[in-house]
Amino acid sequence: MATADIHITQEAHHDDHEHHDEHHGNFWTTYVFTIDHKMIGKQFLITGIFWALIGGALSVIFRLQLGFPDMQLEWIRPLLGQWVTPEGKLDPEFYLALVTMHGTIMVFFVLTAGLSGTFSNFLIPLQIGARDMASGFMNMLSYWFFFISSVIMFISLFIETGPASGGWVIYPPLSALPQAVNGSGLGMTLWLVSMALFIVSQLLGGINYITTVINLRTKGMSFSKLPLTIWAFFITAVIGLLSFPVLFAAALLLIFDRSFGTSFYLSDIFINGEALPNQGGSPILFQHLFWFLGHPEVYIVLLPALGITSEVIATNSRKPIFGYKAMVGSILFIAILSFVVWAHHMFVTGMDPFLGSVFMLLTLIIAVPSAVKVFNYLTTLWKGNIRFTPAMLFSIGLVSFFISGGLTGIFLGNSAIDIQLHDTYFVVAHFHLVMGSASFFGLMAGVYHWFPKFYGRMMDAKLGYVHFWLTFVGVYMVFFPMHYIGIAGYPRRYYSFTNFDTLNTFSDLNMFVSIAAIITLGAQFIFLFNFFYSMYRGRKATLNPWGSNTLEWTTPLNPGHGNWPGEIPAVYRWPYDYSKPGAKEDFIPQTVPFSETPESNLPHENELIKLESDTDEDVIVVDEK
Amino acid sequence: MFQFIIILGVVLLLVILFTLFRISRLVSVVKGSDKKVASTSNKVNAALFMVFLIGGFGFFFWYSWTYFDDYNLPVASDHGVWTDTLFWVTMAVTGIVFIITNVLLFWFSYAYQHKDGVKAKFYPDNVKLELLWTVVPAIVLAGLVFTGLQAWNDITSAASEDAEIVEIMGYQFAWGVRYPGVKDNALGEYNYQLIDAVNQFGMDLKDKNSYDDFMPIEMHIPKGKEVLLKIRARDVLHSVFLPHFRVKMDAVPGMPTHFKFTATKSTQDMREELGDPEFDYFVTCTEICGKGHFSMKLKLVVDEPADFEKWKSEQPTWLKLNPDYLSKVPEEKRELAKIKAGIVEGDENNLKASI
Repeated sequence: MATADIHITQEAHHDDHEHHDEHHGNFWTTYVFTIDHKMIGKQFLITGIFWALIGGALSVIFRLQLGFPDMQLEWIRPLLGQWVTPEGKLDPEFYLALVTMHGTIMVFFVLTAGLSGTFSNFLIPLQIGARDMASGFMNMLSYWFFFISSVIMFISLFIETGPASGGWVIYPPLSALPQAVNGSGLGMTLWLVSMALFIVSQLLGGINYITTVINLRTKGMSFSKLPLTIWAFFITAVIGLLSFPVLFAAALLLIFDRSFGTSFYLSDIFINGEALPNQGGSPILFQHLFWFLGHPEVYIVLLPALGITSEVIATNSRKPIFGYKAMVGSILFIAILSFVVWAHHMFVTGMDPFLGSVFMLLTLIIAVPSAVKVFNYLTTLWKGNIRFTPAMLFSIGLVSFFISGGLTGIFLGNSAIDIQLHDTYFVVAHFHLVMGSASFFGLMAGVYHWFPKFYGRMMDAKLGYVHFWLTFVGVYMVFFPMHYIGIAGYPRRYYSFTNFDTLNTFSDLNMFVSIAAIITLGAQFIFLFNFFYSMYRGRKATLNPWGSNTLEWTTPLNPGHGNWPGEIPAVYRWPYDYSKPGAKEDFIPQTVPFSETPESNLPHENELIKLESDTDEDVIVVDEK
Repeated sequence: MFQFIIILGVVLLLVILFTLFRISRLVSVVKGSDKKVASTSNKVNAALFMVFLIGGFGFFFWYSWTYFDDYNLPVASDHGVWTDTLFWVTMAVTGIVFIITNVLLFWFSYAYQHKDGVKAKFYPDNVKLELLWTVVPAIVLAGLVFTGLQAWNDITSAASEDAEIVEIMGYQFAWGVRYPGVKDNALGEYNYQLIDAVNQFGMDLKDKNSYDDFMPIEMHIPKGKEVLLKIRARDVLHSVFLPHFRVKMDAVPGMPTHFKFTATKSTQDMREELGDPEFDYFVTCTEICGKGHFSMKLKLVVDEPADFEKWKSEQPTWLKLNPDYLSKVPEEKRELAKIKAGIVEGDENNLKASI
């Protein structure tokens, strides 16, 4: 990497900075149409929290139906109106809408936009040493496209025919035919429009993240010195950039089928006493296109969480992350494999069985890099000196979920076993643990860890502990029992099981799950209180409250536009020099040159000292690699 | 009034909680514990991880053991025994990993909690160790893949020539079944544009194979003989799921699918095994298909082979039940249709001659 690039950007940003000093901007340019990456990150976070509450509330409503099928829901009528039947029950069609919207909101609006949007935006410039994103304007557009998309999705919750209700995977023909289910009318149209805008937002953001990481790293910040968070955000953005357009294509063809009479996905359909003219289409085509995004999407939500966890676990174990190169390698390997495993969602769709066996092979390979990550986390904890900050607790929780949920993936990736388990509660348990809860815990770990950098104040640790324990135990109580229900063959997306199992073997367990879900949702209000209270009344943070090595902790307490008041600090070492033998403290920030730490340098690091003085004179530096 | 009291109670509770929160914060500021790197909370959290580990595994083993019969669905098909074996082998392998890794995770968290004056071990990598836990999972997974592939290939291989053919069609919100009939043992052609309120399957009456097809209200299959399910859907996606037979295959409009299996236990056998005289097998739907998704249930009876043949021969053909549709049969085939449909007694030889 030539320093020439860096110089240009530095100067450009220096101008920005002076500009900023002259006038501080009004309310609109600071908080609303801001191009500052930190504020945009916070906008994503707040919007994500809003959606998480909606998504969580929807899940509690359908858990009421599943856990207490005989319950009178008259009291919820003020909220749901006509969706409560005259008998005081939940409307079966609205039940499907709840499941669909819960999935859509959680996967896309919370765990994609809320997680990547928040932390990629906030951390990339701060951790690589850049003044801002490559394009602040595109970054702003990215948020506002997301915002418009959110507004449309939100509106769809309130329309008369109800929101989309064909499952979050919106398989046609169900999603294409309003006569098949009410939600496939206006609700589905709004869903598609909203998702199209969402994809635009993701692409604008993704291009920015990638460009920024490649071009705007500070002096000395080679790829081999990037924190794992940045590696994760970077690869996530690449995955998103490659896969989201495919979903866009799938959605576009669906729009054509719905509105312009084409037959991409429709064929041989007789519905409501009428034979439709569509012929020659294939519903399976949609599933291929959808899962070509859908599976990488799992890693789009998971990788940032794993990146955050790597950072938090290393910092709070006071140990270097074990196997940095293996961690980076496994992220890359997972990213590549994530594009060639999509059809394991389709083993029993009637797809060619040979294709099934190929995808089964590829799917189980992906377990190897995942296993490497788990073992590396465990070894990082080994012989550490662990501080249980709330962020650390959530990270350990994440690893536990990643193990428990990941292992059940080995069942589902095996096409022979999947025949029985496909679309049962076993699948629900699997992906809620490994993708839903693990990513959510990554999000929480990130918020607790970087809150001091967000607002210059600390969140209350004790409330954080209570929040963690209630949520951690709650999540296991919600999803672990679902494995049993799934092994017994109970299909997902069932409004009621009275028809499936006349004995109601699991009515107790379902009630237990529902109560656990309500408690878990309730516990999130502790977080909300802590978050908003600490924003204004929290204890003032110190500059580097966790004793961390990465660059963001070298900025002022409340970094302004441009992040560093003076020159951007140069980077001399990797971010994981924790508890280095011989060092005075148990951490050495990335900005400390090897020449200042002769007592702790490893032999090969002493040789790098010569290069350091060169960098100071602004000579072109070639990566050590 | 009652509501007012509830609201008042909630508000009071929140005020009390908030006061407790303020007090605890003030106490921690006075004690200076908020300035410490690791306070008592660190020990508490570490201990709680051990409590969680032991308690969690306690519940896990207790429930898995005590309620085994509740969640373990009895199996009644040939390949089902095989996939269940694979399931439990995978369960054993992953179960061991699950226990080891979770124990290590929580044990390390507990054992290596912060201690003043202790420095963590600087241990950035160990290539041998990393190779070990790349290669070992790879080998174990390869084993699982190859056993799985064997089963999968066998399950999805072509059905034998003499398999009993049953067509099952999903529609909102029920299943229809069609049998090829006892006279020709072949399903008639269909076309979705011919579907109407009576001709649910869209049977094409120009095809002579359709004359003896029959559609019973419940599904019967023979025990011990291979059954080939020909699966289709009429409106949206459905998925045929026979839980006890470990059979699942999507029903796709415009793209017929199939699944072959052999039932090993008749309904009677299963009733005796479970000690439940009310027990019945059933077909259900596992692909979201609209409002009535959860209610798509069809009774399935597994008969002894002789009983099955007898049941088949007793079923009236569809054409016999709906003689109006004889008008749709081409003129020259009408006689044949009447004979095959069992509307008139026909002579076997005459029948053959006319074919």
